[in-house]
Amino acid sequence: MSNSRSDTSVSEAPDGPDGPDASATVQQAPEPKAGKGGSEKAPGADRSTDPLRPSDHIDGDSRGDGVDSPKLNVVGWLRWGWRQLTSMRTALVLLLILAIAAIPGSIFPQRMADPNGVTQWKADHPDLFPILDGMQLFDVYLSAWFSAIYLLLFLSLVGCVIPRIKHHLKALRSRPPRTPVRLGRLDDHREAVRTVAGSDAKAAAEHSIAIAEKQLRALRYRVERYDDKRGFSVSAERGYARETGNLLFHLALLGVLVSVGVGGSFAYTGQRVVVQGTSFVNTLLDYSSMNRGRFVSDDALAPYRMTLDSFDVTYQPFEQGSPSSGMAGDFSANVTVSEPGQKEHKDEVRVNHPLGIAGDRVYLLGNGYAPTITVKNAKGDVVFHDSVPFLPQNNSTMMSIGIVKVADGLPEQLGLQGFFYPTSAKLTTGALTSVYPDLINPTLTLNVFAGDLGIDDGTPRSVYVLDTGSMKQLTGGKTGTKSIELAPGETTALPNGMGTITFDNEAPKGAKDYTQSVKRYVSLQIHHDPSEQWVLVFAALALLGLVLALFVPRRRMWVKATVVDGAVHLEYAGLARGEDPTLAAAVEDLRDGHARLLDADGATAAIAEPDRAPETGSDTETGPDAEADPEAATPDISEPDDSGRTDKRGDR
Amino acid sequence: MNFDSLSILMIWTAVAIYAAAFIAYAFDLAKRSQVAVDAKVVVPERELVGAAVGGSAASSGRVAGAGSKAETGAAAGAGAPKRFVMARIGTSLTVLGFLFHLAGEVLRGIAAGRVPWSNMYEFSMTGTLLIIAVYIAVNIWFDLKYLGTFIVGLVVVLLGGAATGFYVEVVPLADPLKSVWLVIHVFVASLGTAFFALAFALSVFQLMQARREAKVLAEAPKTGPRFLATLPSSERLEGLAYRFATVGFIFWTFTLIAGSIWANDAWGRYWGFDTKETWTFIIWVLYAGYIHARATRGWRGSRSAWLSIVGFAAVLFNFTIVNLFFKGLHVYSGLS
Ligand code: HEM
Repeated sequence: MSNSRSDTSVSEAPDGPDGPDASATVQQAPEPKAGKGGSEKAPGADRSTDPLRPSDHIDGDSRGDGVDSPKLNVVGWLRWGWRQLTSMRTALVLLLILAIAAIPGSIFPQRMADPNGVTQWKADHPDLFPILDGMQLFDVYLSAWFSAIYLLLFLSLVGCVIPRIKHHLKALRSRPPRTPVRLGRLDDHREAVRTVAGSDAKAAAEHSIAIAEKQLRALRYRVERYDDKRGFSVSAERGYARETGNLLFHLALLGVLVSVGVGGSFAYTGQRVVVQGTSFVNTLLDYSSMNRGRFVSDDALAPYRMTLDSFDVTYQPFEQGSPSSGMAGDFSANVTVSEPGQKEHKDEVRVNHPLGIAGDRVYLLGNGYAPTITVKNAKGDVVFHDSVPFLPQNNSTMMSIGIVKVADGLPEQLGLQGFFYPTSAKLTTGALTSVYPDLINPTLTLNVFAGDLGIDDGTPRSVYVLDTGSMKQLTGGKTGTKSIELAPGETTALPNGMGTITFDNEAPKGAKDYTQSVKRYVSLQIHHDPSEQWVLVFAALALLGLVLALFVPRRRMWVKATVVDGAVHLEYAGLARGEDPTLAAAVEDLRDGHARLLDADGATAAIAEPDRAPETGSDTETGPDAEADPEAATPDISEPDDSGRTDKRGDR
Repeated sequence: MNFDSLSILMIWTAVAIYAAAFIAYAFDLAKRSQVAVDAKVVVPERELVGAAVGGSAASSGRVAGAGSKAETGAAAGAGAPKRFVMARIGTSLTVLGFLFHLAGEVLRGIAAGRVPWSNMYEFSMTGTLLIIAVYIAVNIWFDLKYLGTFIVGLVVVLLGGAATGFYVEVVPLADPLKSVWLVIHVFVASLGTAFFALAFALSVFQLMQARREAKVLAEAPKTGPRFLATLPSSERLEGLAYRFATVGFIFWTFTLIAGSIWANDAWGRYWGFDTKETWTFIIWVLYAGYIHARATRGWRGSRSAWLSIVGFAAVLFNFTIVNLFFKGLHVYSGLS
C-alpha cells in the first residue's frame, strides 16, 4: 500500500461546534458525539481530503478564527486583514450589503436604464437632485460605492478560492482515509453477522471485504483497503465533485464579472431611425446616437447597408371598451441587407428575433408614422420636403407628435409643431383625438411658429424639440387662428402669405383607402458585444457548478470484517461531509447490497441480524447516550407513526 | 359560458376549498397542542429535561435532543394511530382544491390559446398552483402537513386577492412576450418561488421551535405554542428549510440566466438593471447569503432562518409591489 501519510491517527477530537460560544466549551467535552448534519468531526475521520474552508466556516477549525488578535507588525496586520477579508463572515456580510446597495437603483431612475426618468426627477425635485446625484444615486450600478462592494466581494472570493483549489487538487489525488477503529461511534452504522461455510473464517472475512471493495468501486467510490491484525476493512470516499462544483461555481461568477467588465470595452450600441424606403449605413456618422467601449476604434464598424422596404404590424380590431382594441403586434421590419462582397438579400427584424449581420445584432425598438410634408415658398419653390418621424404618444391610438423645422427659403425660419392622428375623431369639445392606431382616417394638424429656430449657432438641438423661446406662434393655441389641419394629399396656405404646405399622400396610384398613405419608420438598435457568449458560458458553468455543489453527496463509507467466535462480523458505516440527507439510506443500501452479493458468493451465510438497526433517519435523534455504545443503539421508543415526523427517508 | 368564466368559477371554488383546508389545518394545530399536553402527562417534565441536560456538550446537540425527546414523547403519549386526522382532512381538501385550481388554470390557458402566465392575474394563478403542487409532492416524501396552515393560508390570500384585484380579460400577448422564454422563464421562476415558500414556512417554524427549545432547556414554565412539541426539532426544520431553499435557489439562478437570454433577444441587452431585474438579482444575492450563513459559524440557526424569511419577503415584494408600482420594462401586470 502506497499510503505513507502519517495523518491516519484516530482523532478523538471533539466535534465541530455549532455556535460561536460552543467552540469554547466543546474543548472539555469528554465524549464527542458524531454526526450533526455535516458539521461533525467524527472519530477516526481523517480530514485531509475534506475541502478546505475558511476558518470561520461551520466545519472549519476554530484555531484560526478571526477573534485572535494580529501580531503587531505590518506583515502580521496584513495577514490578519487578509484572513478577515477571506472569511465566511466577510463574504456573507458583503453579500448582504450588496443586496441592500442594489435597492436604491430600483427606487430612483437610473441614467443607464431610464435617462428621461432622471431628467424628469430633476425637474420634479430641483433641490434634492444635486444632493442625491452627488451620492451617485442615479448611477447606482456604476457608482464608486457599489463598485467597491462587489470588488471587495470578488477579492474575497479570489482569496478564498485559490487556497481551496490548491487543496482540492491535492485531495483529488489522495486516498480515502484509514478506517476508524470504532465504527460503531458513527451515527450511520449498521452491522451484520454471517456464518462461515468452510473452516477458514479469516479468509472468508477477507473475501467479504474484497467483495465490498468491488461493490463500492461499482458505486463510483474511490476505495482503499486497510487490513490489520484486528480485521479487514475497506475505506471509500466519493463526491469530490461537490467541491469541484463549488469551486467551479465561484470561479464562473468571477468569469461572468470579468467578461462583463472586459466585454464592455469592445462593445458598441447605436440607435438609428430608418424611414420606409431609406437606407442606413453602418458607419459612425450614420447613427443618431452611439455608445462605444474604450477599445472600439472609429473604423471598427462592419460596413453594411440596410434598407427598410416595408413595415408590417397587425392591430386588434376596433371594439369599444375592449382592453385589446387596437393592440399592436407581429411587428416586422422588412429590410434589404447588402454587405460588401455578398449578394443583397432580404431579411426581417422582429421583436424577440434580432437580425444578425456581420457580428452585430439589429433590434427593433420602436416604430411610428413619418408623414411626408412639403413646404413651398410664395414663389412655389420647394423649400422643404421630407418624411418626418413622429413620436407616438400612445401605443393603442398612435397619436403622435413631431417637429418640422424649415430653416431656409422663407422670409423667416419656420417651426411646425405637428400632431398626427391615424384615425382621427372629434371630441365633444371640438378637439381632435385618435381612436385607432391604423391609418383609417389620418389627420395632421400643425401649429406654426416663426422666428429664430436657434440652430444657426451650431448648438446641437434635438430634432424632436422645438425651442419656441425666440419664435412667435402664428396658428393654434391662443393665437386665435385655427391650426393647420390636413388629410393626406391636401395642401393649404401658410399664414402671412409665406407659401403653402402639403401633407403628401404616399399611397400608390389607385389606392382606395388611406392604409398606405403615410410612411412608417422604425427605430433600430445596433448592438455589438463580443463578450455575450462568454457571459453565457460562464453563467451556464455557474449553474452546473451549483447543481454539483448542492446535490452531489460527499461521503465516506467503511466496511469492516472481523472474526468473532468463528463468524464473520460485518460493520458498515457512513460519514457525511457536508449536507447529505440520504446518507442513512445509502448505508442501509450498502449493507443490503453487500448481503446479496455475499449470498450469491456462498462463502458465508446470513444469520439473524444482531441488532435491529435504528429506524432510518431517527438516528440523529436517538440521543447521546445511545451513541456511545453501538449495542444500545436500538431506539427505546416505538416507531413513530405519521406524526409530525419528517423522516420517511432519513432526512435531516 | 365561455372557457374564461368557467375558469374563474373553478378558481373561486378552489379558493373556497383551500379556505376549508386552512380551517382543518388550523384545527390540526390546536389538536396538536392537546396531544402535546397529553404527552406531558405520560412523559413527565423531569424526564424531558433530564434527557436534555444529560446530552453531550455541543449546544445544538443538546437542543436537538430535547426537541426530539419531546417529540417522540408526544408520539408515545398519544399512541393512537389515527392522530392528526385534521391534518389529513386538510391535505385531502388541499388536493381537491388543487384539482379545481388546475382545471381553472387549464381552462384559462384554453381561453387564451397560450400558456396562462403572462399577466399578474395569471402569474398569481400559476404561482400558487405550483406552491400547492410542490407542497403536495414533497408531502409524499416528508410529512410536512404541519406547514399546511402556512402554505394553504398564503395561497388563499394570494389567489383570492389576485382573483379579486388582478383579474383581467384574456388579451393577445404583447410582442416581447411571444417567446419560448415566456414558457420557461416564468414557469421556472414560479417553481423557484414555490420552493422558497416552503423554505420560508419551515424557517418560521424553525424560529418558533428554537425559542421553545431554549425555554425547555431553561426549564421555563411556559414554552410557547404547545403544538410545537409535536413538530421536529429546530435543527431538523432548518435542514429541511435549507434543502428547499437550495432547490429554489437553483431554479432562481436558472430564472436569472433564462431572463437574461430573453432580455438579450427582446430588449437588446442581457442585463440592464431594470427594476424587475434588480429585484430578481437582490433576491438571488439574499439567498446566496442565506446559503453562506448556513455554513458560517455563528450564523447557522436562527440568524440564517431570518435570512430565509427576508429572502421570501423580497420574493413577495418583487411579485406585488415591484410589479404594480415600480417603473420598468417589465410592464406585464396587465393592469393600468
Ligand atoms: C460573488 C459572491 C458569492 C456568491 C454569489 C456565492 C454563492 C455561494 C453559493 C450559492 C454557495 C452554495 C453552493 C455551494 O455549496 O457551492 C456558496 C458556497 C460557498 N461559498 Fe460562496 N459565494 C460568493 C462568494 C464567496 C466568497 C467570497 C467566499 C469565501 C470567503 C465563499 C465561500 C464559500 C464556501 C466556503 C462555500 C461552501 C459552503 C458549504 O460548505 O456549504 N463564497 N457560495
